[in-house]
Amino acid sequence: MYDLSKVVVTSSPHIKAADDTRSMMLDVLLALLPALCVAVYTFGPRALVLTVISMVACAVFETIYNKIVKQPNTVGDLSCLVTGALIAFNVPVAASWWMVVFGALFAIVVVKMLFGGLGKNFMNPALGARAFMMASWAGMMTTWTQPFADLPLFGKVTVTDAISTATPLAAMKNGALPDASLKQMLIGQTGGVIGETCAAALIVGGIYLLWRKVITINIPAAYILTVAVITFLFPMGDVSRIDWMLSQVLSGGLMLGAIFMATDYVTSPVTPKGQIIFGIGCGLLTVFIRYFGGLPEGVSYSILIMNTLVWAIDKITHPRKFGYALDKKKEAQ
Amino acid sequence: MVYTFRGGIHPGTHADPGYKAATNTKPIEKLALPDQVILPVSMHIGAPAKPIVSVGDTVDLGQPIAEAGGFVSAPVHATVSGKVVAIEPRLHQNGSKILSVVIENDGEDRLHESVHPYDFASMSNEERIECIRSAGIVGHGGATFPTHVKIQSGIGKCDTVIINGAECEPYITSDHRLLLERPEEVVGGLKMLADIMGVQNAIIAIEENKSDVFPGIEKLIADDPRLKLYPLKCKYPQGAEKQLINACTGREVPSGKLPADAGCAVFNVDTAGAVYRRFTTGMPVIRRVVTVSGSAIAEPKNLEARIGTPVEKLIDACGGFKEAPNKLLAGGPMMGVAQFSLDVPVMKGTNAFLAFCGEEDKRVEEPQCIRCGKCINACPMHLLPIYMNIYGKLDDLDNAVKCGMMDCIECGSCAYVCPARIPLVAQFRLTKGKIQAKRAADKAKADAEKAKAEAEKAAADEKK
Repeated sequence: MYDLSKVVVTSSPHIKAADDTRSMMLDVLLALLPALCVAVYTFGPRALVLTVISMVACAVFETIYNKIVKQPNTVGDLSCLVTGALIAFNVPVAASWWMVVFGALFAIVVVKMLFGGLGKNFMNPALGARAFMMASWAGMMTTWTQPFADLPLFGKVTVTDAISTATPLAAMKNGALPDASLKQMLIGQTGGVIGETCAAALIVGGIYLLWRKVITINIPAAYILTVAVITFLFPMGDVSRIDWMLSQVLSGGLMLGAIFMATDYVTSPVTPKGQIIFGIGCGLLTVFIRYFGGLPEGVSYSILIMNTLVWAIDKITHPRKFGYALDKKKEAQ
Repeated sequence: MVYTFRGGIHPGTHADPGYKAATNTKPIEKLALPDQVILPVSMHIGAPAKPIVSVGDTVDLGQPIAEAGGFVSAPVHATVSGKVVAIEPRLHQNGSKILSVVIENDGEDRLHESVHPYDFASMSNEERIECIRSAGIVGHGGATFPTHVKIQSGIGKCDTVIINGAECEPYITSDHRLLLERPEEVVGGLKMLADIMGVQNAIIAIEENKSDVFPGIEKLIADDPRLKLYPLKCKYPQGAEKQLINACTGREVPSGKLPADAGCAVFNVDTAGAVYRRFTTGMPVIRRVVTVSGSAIAEPKNLEARIGTPVEKLIDACGGFKEAPNKLLAGGPMMGVAQFSLDVPVMKGTNAFLAFCGEEDKRVEEPQCIRCGKCINACPMHLLPIYMNIYGKLDDLDNAVKCGMMDCIECGSCAYVCPARIPLVAQFRLTKGKIQAKRAADKAKADAEKAKAEAEKAAADEKK
């Protein structure tokens, strides 16, 4: 006789893939690492301090929230750390630590947990926080410092610390090419928020995510290509089309947005066709805001707007099921 | 050229793709005859067979002991010689008790008089099909659909016969070993099936991880221009009927239809072998190869066992358990049925029996969907498992159907890749049951209304 006391009976399948939510979030954090390293190199250790504060704050707020509503703690899935890192990536390095903490509070509690936690929120938490901080502390959110400026680790940044500068997008708003060269934009030596400036590091992270199959190429490709095509076809001012297009693609939050924010699982479509529509929509809105809006940058708002359409996009982009003819649109009986 | 379909998953690890390393180099071993065999009357899809022996009867090897209970049904034969000691409900792999004929083995293996070779070439097609039917041959891949029904309903409609050598389920290597050790049975069976069905296109489709069988097969098919060997990409569920047909021919079986509607008839490797053995030796289905594997098995093996052998004997032959198992499976880990006892018998479709003691199934409490969409990319039927789950939970049956609920083949690819570990297939089975119940209720209601309207009309006519 054998000992069968431990045997359980469950529905198939009885084996599962190694990747789980936690490992995928860990992959995203790893993919953000190159951009963080460049940010620390370019903007100094203050960038790291802000990022760590933001991540810790997110984890703390999620824990407290779960305690209050008496739910098991969900910090273990690591998604709050991704949100924390992305919040910090979306503020200028001159921002104060307490602003980032408020951002974390808004992202975790208001945008994510109040809607039911991971998987239930309809807006990207980090972008929600960015919009919240932009509305609340517009000055601090648009104080751009020169790369390699000597900033204090924690304290308030004063005008003497920061030689304020303009982002490449601010120049382009007036139809002129930015002062920063394409190479500077690629390696991140321009003004901008902590995580967005180095296009190369973000692309490296994106390739890692694609290789690990954490994201598919649909959204980033559709998003970036849309921006590229439109800016190539309709340059502002009398500039070289190619230079204008490349400056548009490499500047601002496009790479960060397209690779890390628009691909947020919870707030993007799940159907392949839907993902392409979502990416194109983000791209169109980004260019419209950059060209015609009141702000120089439109990535975050365009993604937030598209976030609200995800359910509808999924609904109209059901893939063709196996065994249903291409020509006749026969719905399931 | 390697053939495949869109979607699917790659179970296994980098070092051991498909988890087949434990048994894929182990030759088939004949299991010693058991003292008793338990033969359930339902080892196939369709009507249960009807016992035609009584307790106390002496039976011979290969003697019919239960006759088919309908057109879609299959007879059962004695798999040892000896005495019928019980005809009573016994534990079945489906978890319930099913009427079974229990035979005590006298160890003589006395052959029944009906077992004799047939002259395939001189037989008419009707005789051949009857010969297959009376042998109790069913799909040995696990689905156990009676083979004669498949043949009969496919003649005239099918232009292609495919032997399913994909064996995409992880851990299982019984078909692999058969293709390697007894290719003449499989190829011989395929030729016979092609003759019966009158097709000019007979394909043996085998996943690339079994390329060691290709030379043997190629040698055997060289003299017949109808036969072709198609290497398949290693991917689960490559061996699912619809996906296999799609990979080999590019055709799609229309939703709700049969493979014959796509002009194809698909047979398992061992089903072809059983057909060959029936005509060349006269032997009905009395044995099959079972892969015994999994992390809890001391010494995994490919065992050839008589149908009806209690599974416990197989475990004994594999050195028992290394560690107390936490999961017992009849069949593969993707679609196999969890068991709670080792008293169940080996049946015609039992291609594997697995025992796990590790964290293979990775269950979690309260899984949270993160909308990663991996299930959609994995689905070989191109459905929307994420929304099928949402609508299923809400009992929104119409939307669940729109997202593909009734086209789901329950292959488990979505649940395998789900990083949140949501038990998707379990939810789909629940919802499918509800949809079927609702359809039956709707139909009954419509019929009742129709009958009522007719009765009223008749009454009105009478009044006139």
